[in-house]
Amino acid sequence: MPIELNEEMVRQRIARRIAREFHDGDVVNLGIGIPTLVSDYIPEDVRVIFQTENGAVGAGPAPDKPDLRFIGAGGRPLTILPGGCFVASDLSFGLIRGGHVDATVLGALQVSQEGDLANWMVPGKIVPGMGGAMDLVVGARRVIIATTHTTKKGEAKILRKCTLPLTAKGVVKLIVTEFAVFSIEKGQMKLLEIAPEVTLEDIKAMTDADFTVADPLITMQGTEEEKV
Amino acid sequence: MSYKYTDKYLPIGAGRCNILAKKVIKPVLSAAEAVKCIKPGMSVIIGGFNYGGVPYTLVDALVESGIGELTLIANDTAYEDVGHGKLVANGQVKKVVASHVGLNKKTGQFYMEGKLELELCPQGTFVERIRAGGFGLGGILTPTGVGTVVEEGKQVLEIDGKKYLLELPLRANVALIRAYQADRMGNLTYFGTNRNFNPIMATAADYVVAEVDSVLEVGELDPNEIVTPGILIDALVVKGDNYYANRT
Repeated sequence: MPIELNEEMVRQRIARRIAREFHDGDVVNLGIGIPTLVSDYIPEDVRVIFQTENGAVGAGPAPDKPDLRFIGAGGRPLTILPGGCFVASDLSFGLIRGGHVDATVLGALQVSQEGDLANWMVPGKIVPGMGGAMDLVVGARRVIIATTHTTKKGEAKILRKCTLPLTAKGVVKLIVTEFAVFSIEKGQMKLLEIAPEVTLEDIKAMTDADFTVADPLITMQGTEEEKV
Repeated sequence: MSYKYTDKYLPIGAGRCNILAKKVIKPVLSAAEAVKCIKPGMSVIIGGFNYGGVPYTLVDALVESGIGELTLIANDTAYEDVGHGKLVANGQVKKVVASHVGLNKKTGQFYMEGKLELELCPQGTFVERIRAGGFGLGGILTPTGVGTVVEEGKQVLEIDGKKYLLELPLRANVALIRAYQADRMGNLTYFGTNRNFNPIMATAADYVVAEVDSVLEVGELDPNEIVTPGILIDALVVKGDNYYANRT
Protein backbone atom coordinates (compact mmCIF):
# COMPACT_ATOMS: atom_id res chain seq x y z
CA MET A 1 0.00 0.00 0.00
CA PRO A 2 1.12 3.55 -0.64
CA ILE A 3 2.55 5.60 2.15
CA GLU A 4 0.19 7.73 4.19
CA LEU A 5 0.17 11.43 3.43
CA ASN A 6 -1.13 13.73 6.10
CA GLU A 7 -4.49 15.37 5.45
CA GLU A 8 -3.12 18.86 4.89
CA MET A 9 -0.57 17.59 2.38
CA VAL A 10 -3.33 15.76 0.52
CA ARG A 11 -5.48 18.89 0.34
CA GLN A 12 -2.64 21.13 -0.82
CA ARG A 13 -1.42 18.62 -3.41
CA ILE A 14 -4.84 18.30 -5.02
CA ALA A 15 -5.36 22.07 -5.02
CA ARG A 16 -1.91 22.75 -6.47
CA ARG A 17 -2.47 20.29 -9.31
CA ILE A 18 -5.91 21.60 -10.23
CA ALA A 19 -4.62 25.19 -10.29
CA ARG A 20 -2.57 24.24 -13.39
CA GLU A 21 -5.71 23.43 -15.37
CA PHE A 22 -6.80 26.98 -16.16
CA HIS A 23 -6.11 29.32 -19.02
CA ASP A 24 -5.76 33.06 -18.88
CA GLY A 25 -9.23 34.61 -18.73
CA ASP A 26 -11.05 31.47 -17.58
CA VAL A 27 -14.14 32.01 -15.45
CA VAL A 28 -13.99 29.53 -12.58
CA ASN A 29 -16.33 28.57 -9.75
CA LEU A 30 -14.79 26.84 -6.75
CA GLY A 31 -16.78 24.67 -4.37
CA ILE A 32 -16.34 24.38 -0.63
CA GLY A 33 -13.46 22.42 0.95
CA ILE A 34 -10.37 21.47 -1.07
CA PRO A 35 -11.60 23.42 -4.14
CA THR A 36 -11.40 26.68 -2.18
CA LEU A 37 -7.62 26.17 -1.81
CA VAL A 38 -7.13 26.10 -5.59
CA SER A 39 -7.09 29.91 -5.76
CA ASP A 40 -3.86 29.94 -3.70
CA TYR A 41 -1.92 28.16 -6.46
CA ILE A 42 -2.95 29.87 -9.70
CA PRO A 43 0.24 30.48 -11.73
CA GLU A 44 1.32 34.13 -11.90
CA ASP A 45 0.93 34.41 -15.65
CA VAL A 46 -2.67 33.19 -15.59
CA ARG A 47 -5.50 35.51 -14.63
CA VAL A 48 -8.58 33.59 -13.57
CA ILE A 49 -11.91 35.29 -12.92
CA PHE A 50 -13.54 33.65 -9.94
CA GLN A 51 -17.30 33.54 -9.91
CA THR A 52 -19.33 32.73 -6.80
CA GLU A 53 -22.89 31.53 -7.29
CA ASN A 54 -24.28 33.94 -4.71
CA GLY A 55 -23.38 36.78 -7.04
CA ALA A 56 -19.75 37.88 -7.36
CA VAL A 57 -17.89 37.88 -10.67
CA GLY A 58 -14.21 38.70 -10.11
CA ALA A 59 -13.93 37.66 -6.47
CA GLY A 60 -10.61 38.23 -4.71
CA PRO A 61 -9.02 36.95 -1.51
CA ALA A 62 -10.40 37.42 1.98
CA PRO A 63 -10.06 41.02 3.16
CA ASP A 64 -8.06 42.11 6.22
CA LYS A 65 -11.18 43.72 7.61
CA PRO A 66 -14.29 41.65 6.80
CA ASP A 67 -17.34 43.43 5.43
CA LEU A 68 -20.27 41.00 5.59
CA ARG A 69 -21.92 42.67 2.61
CA PHE A 70 -19.34 40.88 0.44
CA ILE A 71 -19.36 37.13 0.98
CA GLY A 72 -18.66 33.99 -1.02
CA ALA A 73 -20.91 30.99 -1.47
CA GLY A 74 -19.54 29.35 1.67
CA GLY A 75 -20.35 32.48 3.67
CA ARG A 76 -16.75 33.66 4.02
CA PRO A 77 -16.02 37.35 3.43
CA LEU A 78 -14.33 38.11 0.12
CA THR A 79 -13.08 41.11 -1.79
CA ILE A 80 -14.10 42.12 -5.26
CA LEU A 81 -11.16 42.82 -7.58
CA PRO A 82 -10.97 45.85 -9.87
CA GLY A 83 -13.15 45.03 -12.87
CA GLY A 84 -15.33 42.69 -10.85
CA CYS A 85 -19.05 43.11 -10.31
CA PHE A 86 -22.05 41.83 -8.44
CA VAL A 87 -24.97 40.05 -10.04
CA ALA A 88 -28.29 38.75 -8.76
CA SER A 89 -28.94 35.01 -8.46
CA ASP A 90 -30.88 34.74 -11.73
CA LEU A 91 -27.97 36.14 -13.74
CA SER A 92 -25.47 34.19 -11.65
CA PHE A 93 -27.12 30.89 -12.56
CA GLY A 94 -27.66 32.12 -16.09
CA LEU A 95 -23.89 32.46 -16.30
CA ILE A 96 -23.52 28.96 -14.88
CA ARG A 97 -26.12 27.09 -16.94
CA GLY A 98 -25.54 29.20 -20.02
CA GLY A 99 -22.01 27.90 -20.52
CA HIS A 100 -20.29 31.16 -19.50
CA VAL A 101 -18.35 29.47 -16.70
CA ASP A 102 -15.28 27.65 -18.04
CA ALA A 103 -14.73 25.35 -15.11
CA THR A 104 -16.10 24.35 -11.75
CA VAL A 105 -14.12 22.51 -9.10
CA LEU A 106 -16.15 20.44 -6.67
CA GLY A 107 -15.69 17.66 -4.15
CA ALA A 108 -17.25 14.22 -4.55
CA LEU A 109 -18.64 11.36 -2.55
CA GLN A 110 -18.40 9.11 -5.62
CA VAL A 111 -17.49 9.46 -9.29
CA SER A 112 -18.15 6.84 -11.95
CA GLN A 113 -15.85 5.93 -14.83
CA GLU A 114 -18.44 7.45 -17.17
CA GLY A 115 -18.38 10.79 -15.40
CA ASP A 116 -21.45 10.43 -13.22
CA LEU A 117 -21.12 12.41 -10.00
CA ALA A 118 -22.63 11.84 -6.56
CA ASN A 119 -21.82 14.62 -4.13
CA TRP A 120 -24.99 15.82 -2.46
CA MET A 121 -26.71 13.21 -0.34
CA VAL A 122 -26.37 9.96 1.55
CA PRO A 123 -29.67 8.09 1.99
CA GLY A 124 -30.76 7.83 5.61
CA LYS A 125 -28.73 10.85 6.68
CA ILE A 126 -30.11 14.34 7.07
CA VAL A 127 -30.21 15.87 3.60
CA PRO A 128 -28.51 19.26 3.43
CA GLY A 129 -29.79 20.01 -0.08
CA MET A 130 -28.00 20.32 -3.39
CA GLY A 131 -27.62 24.09 -3.29
CA GLY A 132 -26.05 25.16 -6.59
CA ALA A 133 -24.13 21.94 -7.25
CA MET A 134 -26.55 20.40 -9.75
CA ASP A 135 -26.62 23.56 -11.86
CA LEU A 136 -22.84 23.98 -11.70
CA VAL A 137 -22.03 20.49 -12.93
CA VAL A 138 -24.61 20.62 -15.70
CA GLY A 139 -23.69 24.12 -16.86
CA ALA A 140 -19.95 24.60 -16.42
CA ARG A 141 -17.92 23.75 -19.53
CA ARG A 142 -15.52 21.63 -17.53
CA VAL A 143 -16.25 19.81 -14.26
CA ILE A 144 -13.12 19.07 -12.25
CA ILE A 145 -13.41 16.87 -9.19
CA ALA A 146 -11.11 17.36 -6.22
CA THR A 147 -11.31 14.35 -3.96
CA THR A 148 -9.31 11.99 -1.82
CA HIS A 149 -8.73 8.76 -3.72
CA THR A 150 -10.65 6.65 -1.19
CA THR A 151 -12.94 7.25 1.77
CA LYS A 152 -11.49 7.45 5.28
CA LYS A 153 -12.38 3.76 5.61
CA GLY A 154 -10.35 3.00 2.48
CA GLU A 155 -13.33 2.34 0.21
CA ALA A 156 -12.99 3.33 -3.44
CA LYS A 157 -14.68 6.61 -4.45
CA ILE A 158 -13.94 6.17 -8.16
CA LEU A 159 -16.29 3.42 -9.28
CA ARG A 160 -17.79 1.64 -12.27
CA LYS A 161 -21.20 2.95 -11.18
CA CYS A 162 -22.13 5.33 -8.37
CA THR A 163 -24.26 3.77 -5.64
CA LEU A 164 -25.28 7.08 -4.05
CA PRO A 165 -27.95 9.42 -5.51
CA LEU A 166 -26.50 11.34 -8.45
CA THR A 167 -25.85 15.04 -8.74
CA ALA A 168 -25.67 14.65 -12.52
CA LYS A 169 -24.89 12.05 -15.17
CA GLY A 170 -21.83 12.04 -17.41
CA VAL A 171 -20.53 15.49 -16.49
CA VAL A 172 -17.09 14.95 -14.92
CA LYS A 173 -14.12 15.70 -17.20
CA LEU A 174 -11.17 15.49 -14.79
CA ILE A 175 -10.59 13.80 -11.43
CA VAL A 176 -7.66 14.85 -9.28
CA THR A 177 -6.83 12.86 -6.15
CA GLU A 178 -3.71 12.86 -3.99
CA PHE A 179 -2.42 9.88 -5.98
CA ALA A 180 -3.69 10.29 -9.53
CA VAL A 181 -5.16 12.42 -12.29
CA PHE A 182 -7.81 10.89 -14.56
CA SER A 183 -9.55 12.36 -17.56
CA ILE A 184 -12.97 11.24 -18.75
CA GLU A 185 -13.79 11.67 -22.41
CA LYS A 186 -16.77 10.16 -24.18
CA GLY A 187 -17.44 7.86 -21.26
CA GLN A 188 -13.85 6.58 -21.18
CA MET A 189 -11.64 7.13 -18.16
CA LYS A 190 -7.90 7.47 -18.63
CA LEU A 191 -5.12 7.65 -16.03
CA LEU A 192 -2.92 10.61 -17.00
CA GLU A 193 -0.63 11.16 -14.02
CA ILE A 194 0.45 9.27 -10.97
CA ALA A 195 1.94 10.47 -7.67
CA PRO A 196 5.59 9.64 -6.98
CA GLU A 197 4.95 7.37 -4.01
CA VAL A 198 2.51 5.00 -5.73
CA THR A 199 2.63 2.45 -8.54
CA LEU A 200 0.10 1.69 -11.24
CA GLU A 201 -0.77 -1.46 -9.30
CA ASP A 202 -1.55 0.66 -6.21
CA ILE A 203 -3.87 2.87 -8.26
CA LYS A 204 -5.65 -0.17 -9.70
CA ALA A 205 -6.13 -1.53 -6.19
CA MET A 206 -7.63 1.74 -4.94
CA THR A 207 -9.85 2.37 -7.97
CA ASP A 208 -12.93 0.24 -8.55
CA ALA A 209 -13.24 1.21 -12.20
CA ASP A 210 -11.93 0.39 -15.67
CA PHE A 211 -9.50 2.86 -17.16
CA THR A 212 -6.85 3.09 -19.81
CA VAL A 213 -3.35 4.36 -19.03
CA ALA A 214 -1.75 7.28 -20.84
CA ASP A 215 1.50 6.61 -22.66
CA PRO A 216 3.67 8.01 -21.29
CA LEU A 217 2.20 7.96 -17.80
CA ILE A 218 3.82 10.94 -16.13
CA THR A 219 4.49 11.91 -12.52
CA MET A 220 1.73 14.06 -11.05
CA GLN A 221 2.48 17.69 -11.87
CA GLY A 222 3.15 19.93 -8.92
CA THR A 223 4.43 17.22 -6.61
CA GLU A 224 7.99 18.36 -7.44
CA GLU A 225 7.20 21.67 -5.74
CA GLU A 226 6.13 20.13 -2.46
CA LYS A 227 8.34 20.94 0.51
CA VAL A 228 9.03 17.74 2.37
CA MET B 1 -55.49 28.82 1.01
CA SER B 2 -56.76 31.35 -1.45
CA TYR B 3 -55.37 34.79 -1.90
CA LYS B 4 -56.58 36.60 -4.92
CA TYR B 5 -54.45 39.02 -6.82
CA THR B 6 -57.15 41.64 -6.32
CA ASP B 7 -56.70 41.37 -2.55
CA LYS B 8 -53.78 43.72 -2.82
CA TYR B 9 -56.07 46.58 -3.65
CA LEU B 10 -57.89 46.09 -0.39
CA PRO B 11 -56.69 47.36 2.97
CA ILE B 12 -54.26 44.80 4.30
CA GLY B 13 -54.73 43.28 7.71
CA ALA B 14 -58.27 44.38 8.59
CA GLY B 15 -57.35 47.97 9.16
CA ARG B 16 -54.30 47.25 11.26
CA CYS B 17 -51.86 47.85 8.40
CA ASN B 18 -54.23 50.37 7.03
CA ILE B 19 -52.47 50.93 3.78
CA LEU B 20 -53.84 50.90 0.28
CA ALA B 21 -51.13 49.24 -1.73
CA LYS B 22 -50.09 50.49 -5.15
CA LYS B 23 -49.97 54.11 -4.17
CA VAL B 24 -47.20 56.01 -5.87
CA ILE B 25 -45.62 56.99 -2.58
CA LYS B 26 -44.94 53.89 -0.51
CA PRO B 27 -45.53 53.80 3.23
CA VAL B 28 -42.51 53.56 5.48
CA LEU B 29 -43.64 51.23 8.23
CA SER B 30 -42.21 49.74 11.37
CA ALA B 31 -41.25 46.09 10.91
CA ALA B 32 -44.03 45.04 13.28
CA GLU B 33 -46.62 46.95 11.22
CA ALA B 34 -45.29 45.62 7.94
CA VAL B 35 -45.54 41.95 8.89
CA LYS B 36 -49.16 42.28 10.00
CA CYS B 37 -50.08 41.55 6.39
CA ILE B 38 -48.85 37.99 6.98
CA LYS B 39 -51.59 35.67 8.22
CA PRO B 40 -51.42 32.07 9.41
CA GLY B 41 -51.14 29.65 6.50
CA MET B 42 -49.71 32.13 4.04
CA SER B 43 -46.64 31.64 1.89
CA VAL B 44 -43.74 33.99 2.46
CA ILE B 45 -40.76 34.38 0.16
CA ILE B 46 -37.66 35.72 1.90
CA GLY B 47 -34.45 37.03 0.32
CA GLY B 48 -30.93 36.04 1.25
CA PHE B 49 -28.14 33.56 0.64
CA ASN B 50 -26.54 32.13 3.77
CA TYR B 51 -26.43 35.17 6.12
CA GLY B 52 -26.15 37.75 3.32
CA GLY B 53 -29.03 39.86 2.05
CA VAL B 54 -31.62 38.65 4.57
CA PRO B 55 -34.25 41.22 5.69
CA TYR B 56 -33.36 40.61 9.33
CA THR B 57 -35.54 43.27 10.90
CA LEU B 58 -38.66 42.08 9.08
CA VAL B 59 -37.88 38.46 9.82
CA ASP B 60 -37.37 39.17 13.51
CA ALA B 61 -40.74 40.95 13.60
CA LEU B 62 -42.36 37.90 11.98
CA VAL B 63 -40.70 35.65 14.57
CA GLU B 64 -41.97 37.99 17.29
CA SER B 65 -45.52 37.87 15.85
CA GLY B 66 -45.62 34.09 16.30
CA ILE B 67 -47.70 33.71 13.11
CA GLY B 68 -47.56 30.06 12.12
CA GLU B 69 -48.42 27.43 9.49
CA LEU B 70 -46.28 29.36 7.04
CA THR B 71 -44.82 28.13 3.79
CA LEU B 72 -41.30 29.51 3.68
CA ILE B 73 -39.74 29.97 0.25
CA ALA B 74 -36.08 30.93 0.60
CA ASN B 75 -32.78 29.80 -0.86
CA ASP B 76 -31.82 28.28 2.49
CA THR B 77 -33.03 28.22 6.07
CA ALA B 78 -30.05 30.20 7.42
CA TYR B 79 -29.00 29.02 10.89
CA GLU B 80 -31.35 28.03 13.69
CA ASP B 81 -30.63 31.24 15.62
CA VAL B 82 -30.10 33.58 12.65
CA GLY B 83 -32.64 35.25 10.34
CA HIS B 84 -35.47 33.15 8.94
CA GLY B 85 -33.82 30.07 10.44
CA LYS B 86 -35.54 31.21 13.63
CA LEU B 87 -38.96 30.86 11.98
CA VAL B 88 -38.21 27.18 11.43
CA ALA B 89 -36.73 26.66 14.90
CA ASN B 90 -39.74 28.44 16.40
CA GLY B 91 -42.18 26.00 14.75
CA GLN B 92 -43.84 28.70 12.61
CA VAL B 93 -43.15 26.93 9.33
CA LYS B 94 -45.08 23.93 7.97
CA LYS B 95 -43.33 23.75 4.61
CA VAL B 96 -39.96 24.86 3.30
CA VAL B 97 -39.05 25.28 -0.36
CA ALA B 98 -35.27 25.79 -0.57
CA SER B 99 -32.06 24.66 -2.27
CA HIS B 100 -29.99 24.08 0.86
CA VAL B 101 -30.98 23.55 4.48
CA GLY B 102 -27.82 21.97 5.88
CA LEU B 103 -26.74 24.93 8.02
CA ASN B 104 -29.92 24.88 10.11
CA LYS B 105 -30.04 21.70 12.18
CA LYS B 106 -33.71 22.23 13.06
CA THR B 107 -34.84 22.04 9.43
CA GLY B 108 -33.33 18.59 8.97
CA GLN B 109 -34.48 17.46 12.40
CA PHE B 110 -38.10 18.61 11.96
CA TYR B 111 -38.18 17.08 8.47
CA MET B 112 -36.92 13.72 9.77
CA GLU B 113 -39.50 13.88 12.58
CA GLY B 114 -42.27 14.50 10.05
CA LYS B 115 -43.06 17.94 11.45
CA LEU B 116 -41.99 19.81 8.37
CA GLU B 117 -42.58 19.37 4.67
CA LEU B 118 -39.43 19.99 2.64
CA GLU B 119 -39.17 20.63 -1.09
CA LEU B 120 -35.55 20.79 -2.20
CA CYS B 121 -34.84 22.44 -5.48
CA PRO B 122 -31.51 23.06 -7.25
CA GLN B 123 -30.56 26.67 -6.71
CA GLY B 124 -30.57 27.73 -10.36
CA THR B 125 -33.94 26.04 -10.81
CA PHE B 126 -35.20 27.71 -7.63
CA VAL B 127 -34.42 31.19 -8.91
CA GLU B 128 -35.86 30.45 -12.36
CA ARG B 129 -39.09 29.11 -10.83
CA ILE B 130 -39.43 32.39 -8.94
CA ARG B 131 -38.68 34.32 -12.12
CA ALA B 132 -41.39 32.34 -13.90
CA GLY B 133 -43.77 33.14 -11.05
CA GLY B 134 -42.98 36.81 -11.23
CA PHE B 135 -42.68 37.15 -14.99
CA GLY B 136 -45.93 35.49 -16.01
CA LEU B 137 -44.40 32.29 -17.37
CA GLY B 138 -46.02 28.88 -17.08
CA GLY B 139 -42.74 27.24 -16.11
CA ILE B 140 -39.19 26.84 -17.27
CA LEU B 141 -37.16 24.09 -18.95
CA THR B 142 -33.81 23.24 -17.40
CA PRO B 143 -31.24 20.50 -17.96
CA THR B 144 -30.39 20.63 -14.24
CA GLY B 145 -31.50 17.51 -12.39
CA VAL B 146 -31.98 15.27 -15.45
CA GLY B 147 -31.15 11.68 -14.47
CA THR B 148 -31.33 12.43 -10.73
CA VAL B 149 -34.01 12.24 -8.03
CA VAL B 150 -34.96 15.81 -8.97
CA GLU B 151 -36.46 14.39 -12.16
CA GLU B 152 -38.98 12.22 -10.28
CA GLY B 153 -42.59 13.15 -10.99
CA LYS B 154 -41.65 15.82 -13.52
CA GLN B 155 -42.31 16.11 -17.20
CA VAL B 156 -39.18 15.57 -19.32
CA LEU B 157 -39.08 17.28 -22.68
CA GLU B 158 -36.56 16.62 -25.42
CA ILE B 159 -35.59 19.65 -27.45
CA ASP B 160 -33.01 19.39 -30.23
CA GLY B 161 -31.95 16.05 -28.78
CA LYS B 162 -31.31 17.35 -25.26
CA LYS B 163 -33.41 16.52 -22.21
CA TYR B 164 -34.97 19.20 -20.02
CA LEU B 165 -37.17 19.13 -16.93
CA LEU B 166 -40.32 21.21 -16.81
CA GLU B 167 -40.18 23.15 -13.56
CA LEU B 168 -43.21 25.06 -12.40
CA PRO B 169 -43.50 28.67 -11.21
CA LEU B 170 -43.13 29.72 -7.58
CA ARG B 171 -45.00 32.65 -6.06
CA ALA B 172 -45.89 33.74 -2.56
CA ASN B 173 -48.50 35.80 -0.79
CA VAL B 174 -45.87 38.08 0.69
CA ALA B 175 -42.22 38.80 -0.12
CA LEU B 176 -39.79 40.15 2.45
CA ILE B 177 -36.69 41.41 0.71
CA ARG B 178 -33.51 43.29 1.54
CA ALA B 179 -32.20 46.19 -0.52
CA TYR B 180 -29.72 49.00 0.07
CA GLN B 181 -31.38 52.35 -0.59
CA ALA B 182 -34.95 53.15 -1.50
CA ASP B 183 -36.72 56.30 -2.51
CA ARG B 184 -40.25 57.08 -1.40
CA MET B 185 -41.65 55.51 -4.56
CA GLY B 186 -40.08 52.20 -3.56
CA ASN B 187 -37.33 52.22 -6.18
CA LEU B 188 -34.44 50.09 -4.89
CA THR B 189 -30.69 49.70 -5.18
CA TYR B 190 -28.63 46.82 -3.81
CA PHE B 191 -25.21 46.46 -2.22
CA GLY B 192 -22.57 43.76 -2.69
CA THR B 193 -23.57 40.12 -2.46
CA ASN B 194 -26.67 41.13 -0.49
CA ARG B 195 -28.39 41.42 -3.87
CA ASN B 196 -28.72 37.65 -4.52
CA PHE B 197 -32.39 36.59 -4.76
CA ASN B 198 -33.91 39.88 -3.67
CA PRO B 199 -34.58 41.59 -7.02
CA ILE B 200 -36.23 38.50 -8.49
CA MET B 201 -38.31 37.85 -5.37
CA ALA B 202 -39.67 41.39 -5.60
CA THR B 203 -41.53 40.27 -8.72
CA ALA B 204 -43.13 37.12 -7.33
CA ALA B 205 -45.47 37.99 -4.47
CA ASP B 206 -48.78 39.77 -4.05
CA TYR B 207 -47.42 42.08 -1.36
CA VAL B 208 -43.76 43.05 -1.26
CA VAL B 209 -41.99 44.68 1.68
CA ALA B 210 -38.40 45.90 1.28
CA GLU B 211 -36.05 46.44 4.22
CA VAL B 212 -33.47 49.10 3.41
CA ASP B 213 -30.59 51.04 4.94
CA SER B 214 -32.25 54.35 4.17
CA VAL B 215 -35.19 55.94 2.37
CA LEU B 216 -34.44 58.93 0.16
CA GLU B 217 -36.76 61.46 -1.42
CA VAL B 218 -38.06 60.86 -4.94
CA GLY B 219 -35.42 61.95 -7.42
CA GLU B 220 -32.49 61.37 -5.11
CA LEU B 221 -31.68 57.95 -6.56
CA ASP B 222 -29.99 57.93 -9.95
CA PRO B 223 -32.39 56.15 -12.35
CA ASN B 224 -29.34 54.39 -13.84
CA GLU B 225 -28.58 52.80 -10.47
CA ILE B 226 -32.10 51.61 -9.68
CA VAL B 227 -32.42 47.83 -10.05
CA THR B 228 -35.96 47.24 -8.80
CA PRO B 229 -38.63 49.68 -9.96
CA GLY B 230 -40.84 50.98 -7.19
CA ILE B 231 -44.00 49.76 -8.92
CA LEU B 232 -43.13 46.30 -7.55
CA ILE B 233 -42.90 47.45 -3.94
CA ASP B 234 -45.77 47.89 -1.49
CA ALA B 235 -44.06 49.03 1.70
CA LEU B 236 -40.65 50.03 3.04
CA VAL B 237 -39.02 49.33 6.39
CA VAL B 238 -35.77 50.88 7.57
CA LYS B 239 -33.39 48.27 8.95
CA GLY B 240 -33.18 47.90 12.69
CA ASP B 241 -30.41 47.25 15.01
CA ASN B 242 -29.77 43.53 15.32
CA TYR B 243 -26.28 42.09 14.83
CA TYR B 244 -26.66 41.01 11.21
CA ALA B 245 -29.03 43.79 10.14
CA ASN B 246 -26.26 46.17 11.12
CA ARG B 247 -23.49 44.30 9.36
CA THR B 248 -25.08 43.13 6.11
